[in-house]
Amino acid sequence: MYKGLTIIFGFLFLGGLIESAGVPIPGSVLGMLLLTLALITGIVRLEDVEREGEFLVRNMSIMFIPPGVGIILYLDLLKENLVAIGVALVLSFLITLFVTAKTVEVLRR
Amino acid sequence: MNIFGVFLTFFLYTAFSWVYAKKRTPALNPVLLSIVTIAVILKATGIKYEEYMESAKFLSFLLGPAVVSLAIPLYKQLSIIREYKKEIAVGVVVGGSTAILSAVYMLKAFHAPEILQRSFAPKSVTTAIAMGVSEKIGGIPPLTAVLVILTGILGNALAPELLNIFRVRDRVARGLATGVSSHGLGTARIITEDELAGAVSGLGMALNGVYTAFILPAIINFLV
Repeated sequence: MYKGLTIIFGFLFLGGLIESAGVPIPGSVLGMLLLTLALITGIVRLEDVEREGEFLVRNMSIMFIPPGVGIILYLDLLKENLVAIGVALVLSFLITLFVTAKTVEVLRR
Repeated sequence: MNIFGVFLTFFLYTAFSWVYAKKRTPALNPVLLSIVTIAVILKATGIKYEEYMESAKFLSFLLGPAVVSLAIPLYKQLSIIREYKKEIAVGVVVGGSTAILSAVYMLKAFHAPEILQRSFAPKSVTTAIAMGVSEKIGGIPPLTAVLVILTGILGNALAPELLNIFRVRDRVARGLATGVSSHGLGTARIITEDELAGAVSGLGMALNGVYTAFILPAIINFLV
């Protein structure tokens, strides 16, 4: 268990180092990419991180709740822009779904 | 307060997950319901958000390693990436860009404040990555988290039906469009109708997260 966690936190640490060196990308995303590369190249073996990693991924949902509750600090901003937020949310989703689907469909022909 | 915040989060998430498992309607998303309920409790009792967060922060601390761990499903799906590399690459870039541009320009049309545009821009990306990007580009991560979940609920509730209306039958197109537009919640739905569409959707989600994390910090100041 600790080997898997060491590897996962090691890559998070590495990603954070690169981020703090001035790369404008979240360190966790950099860590994910580096771990993917390490798995592809065989530097890290899947079975060394699989159990711990999949546990974290499967249980990701609950981790959004505490930061999500922070929304109460911005209720005024929400209220003042309720229509804009609602319209943008729905239309942007529709357009993205449509454009992506049609693009891939054209490529598949 | 120290344990109360963690207990409350676990308790509500467990309870709402149970309800969700019974009803299976996306409006009952357990994360969103838990956020709203805790927000109402804090408002009603006058407990400060900082006090709650002090107790519950170890849960969100795990987001970092969880994002790193997304490498594992990504790695396991490499064979699908190889098979559909052209569709996936083009679809993620076109779709990911559309998601960003449509969100920002729609809000601009409404003259919504810049900070809202920044919080909105990563809303089609999986929550953990979206919050990290939001923080990087000067948005409000909690607001982004809620917008991401609402977007996901739209995808979960409507993506397959909308794709039928759009007359999209190709499974790769259906999957990628769902994952790119509505991340994990959309993927959770499309995977129930077709395994290939689900796998492509999951990949679309992961790669759109990476694409957005790279592109958005570079372009956001030109957009808002």
